[in-house]
Amino acid sequence: MADTSMNAMTGPRGAKPKKAMNPRNIMLYGILILVCVYYLLPLYVMVMTSLKGMPEVRLGNIFAPPVEITFQPWVKAWSEACTGLNCDGLSRGFWNSVLITVPSVIVSIAIASVNGYALINWKFKGSDVFFTILIFGSFIPYQIMLYPIVILLREAGIYGTLWGLIVVHTIFGMPILTLLFRNYFSSIPEELFKAARVDGAGFWGIYFRIMLPMSLPIFVVALILQVTGIWNDFLFGVVFTKPDLYPMTVQLNNIVNSVQGVKEYNVNMAATVLTGLVPLVVYFVSGKLFVRGIAAGAVKG
Amino acid sequence: MVNSIEVKDLTLNFGSVSVLKNMNIDVAEGEFVVLLGPSGCGKSTLLNCLAGLLDITDGQIWIKGKNVTWSEPSERGIGMVFQSYALYPQMTVRGNLSFGLKNAKVPQPEIDKRIARAAEILQIQPLLDRKPAALSGGQRQRVAIGRALVRDVDVFLFDEPLSNLDAKLRSELRVEIKRLHNALGNTMVYVTHDQIEALTLADRIAVMKGGVIQQLAAPLEIYNRPSNLFVAGFLGSPSMNFLKGRTIDNGRAFQFGSTRIDLAGYEGGAVLERDDAILGVRPEHITVSTVPVSGPSIPAEVEIDEHLGADSLLWLKAEGTNMSVRVPVEGRLPAGTKVHLGLDIPKASLFDSKTEQRI
Repeated sequence: MADTSMNAMTGPRGAKPKKAMNPRNIMLYGILILVCVYYLLPLYVMVMTSLKGMPEVRLGNIFAPPVEITFQPWVKAWSEACTGLNCDGLSRGFWNSVLITVPSVIVSIAIASVNGYALINWKFKGSDVFFTILIFGSFIPYQIMLYPIVILLREAGIYGTLWGLIVVHTIFGMPILTLLFRNYFSSIPEELFKAARVDGAGFWGIYFRIMLPMSLPIFVVALILQVTGIWNDFLFGVVFTKPDLYPMTVQLNNIVNSVQGVKEYNVNMAATVLTGLVPLVVYFVSGKLFVRGIAAGAVKG
Repeated sequence: MVNSIEVKDLTLNFGSVSVLKNMNIDVAEGEFVVLLGPSGCGKSTLLNCLAGLLDITDGQIWIKGKNVTWSEPSERGIGMVFQSYALYPQMTVRGNLSFGLKNAKVPQPEIDKRIARAAEILQIQPLLDRKPAALSGGQRQRVAIGRALVRDVDVFLFDEPLSNLDAKLRSELRVEIKRLHNALGNTMVYVTHDQIEALTLADRIAVMKGGVIQQLAAPLEIYNRPSNLFVAGFLGSPSMNFLKGRTIDNGRAFQFGSTRIDLAGYEGGAVLERDDAILGVRPEHITVSTVPVSGPSIPAEVEIDEHLGADSLLWLKAEGTNMSVRVPVEGRLPAGTKVHLGLDIPKASLFDSKTEQRI
């Protein structure tokens, strides 16, 4: 008896010690590092190349860091590269993209959030049918609708303007955003909505004072989806605007694919990084909220 | 006196599904009415109709002598308390209480006065500047009641307000709601599936099933003289014993298996001779004896005995029917004991098993 009680005192006790280098961890971190390298390598090559001068680029060793760091390619990409007759680089495209993205994002989110709210909380006759049609819209390939929309915009007198493109972006964002908001709002207890009605709040009162303050995560998700989606859009930009108003992506394409003169790889790389910078920043700033919102919006279908 | 709530021929259909069928209820001023029933019986739906949160298909709803059938919820002069509390999470307790008043454009001094009064009645003064997330379940429900209180209305609607609380808190708040009702004298309509809540709180209980009110009466009346088999089986725990048999001797006796039970003293209508009848006896209205008793006695055998603390339950088998009997702790008997059961006929209920109605 004495022996066993001694063993109980001296034997293992408390939290079990964990070895840092066990097969599981080696496997886990090994794969993670491998995937990171795989993903980051292109970015590394781009940044390195963009910091080299053309003579160094011609040496052909794309993985080597620059011997002589120069920011000239970045300056050129931003303000001097030529596309067609314009020689003011990407800056024109950047501002065009800003002018397209900001109103499109705000208008589409504003409308879609009210849509989602109404579809869940103020069901009307045929609201489910309406929703089904809206969702069906998101399955139709864009290409089918390109030409009809060109005609519609022309008839409306806004073809080739920034506003035309903004309208198009707003419409095409509607199905997925409405779905997103509808699902998020459906996770908010219905009794909250009922309580607000008993308290005398109306359609807009409930929307602004009850629903909005509770829905920050899903608004961030919608914001990120729309900013990246619209910023990265190429097809609509090239179809519905004219050269003066091309968004950044189209301008980037024109710089990179220009057939005249020497291919300036360093400038191309710098231009590409510049174009991708906005979505990247948006992701980094709001990553955490994004994950939370995606998870919340995905619970219910 | 004007009835506080009058429901006239209320019908509600969802598409082709009939949820509430031709309902008529009058609730007197200051009365506490409990809507009781199993889930899906339409009791919460009826409450939502009263509140104006659901549009009804047919009929009328009058509150305080005013036809409110088409009125908005906020115009009906009601306050409502929900099961999930439904407090606005981004507002403080004070914000929650004042939200409705601000919507109704009540002047600020009046708002402060009403909040102070409600906070005092419910003893939530120290919580006024907290957010709902920082409150316990009981405190949240108090605030939710407060939100109805500040509206200064005559009718309170409760939608299973205690279902999310644990047993101890539930009985505390139950007493508190009763106290509140005594102090304020408001008309209250209270939905629950908990029969203890119903029996303790109600002036009258409406037992519902399938969108129809089965019986609307005082708690003891419902408990002692259930109008049909459903009501009899729904109230009481364990539920009423049902003995299948037939009435004989021109309704003077009940034949249960081989036992003849004299119905002398039965309070009800004309019994007559019926081939299919059910005698319902509550577990506490049966006496157990190990020796044959004088008069009708049913031979039975104890199968299980359960002690509940204050008293005990005996589960027996008599003439092939399972029965439960409530006995004092000292009356406990081991399984397998052969016993004789005596029935308290004046407190029993007799049902026609075809119509399921009380005779």
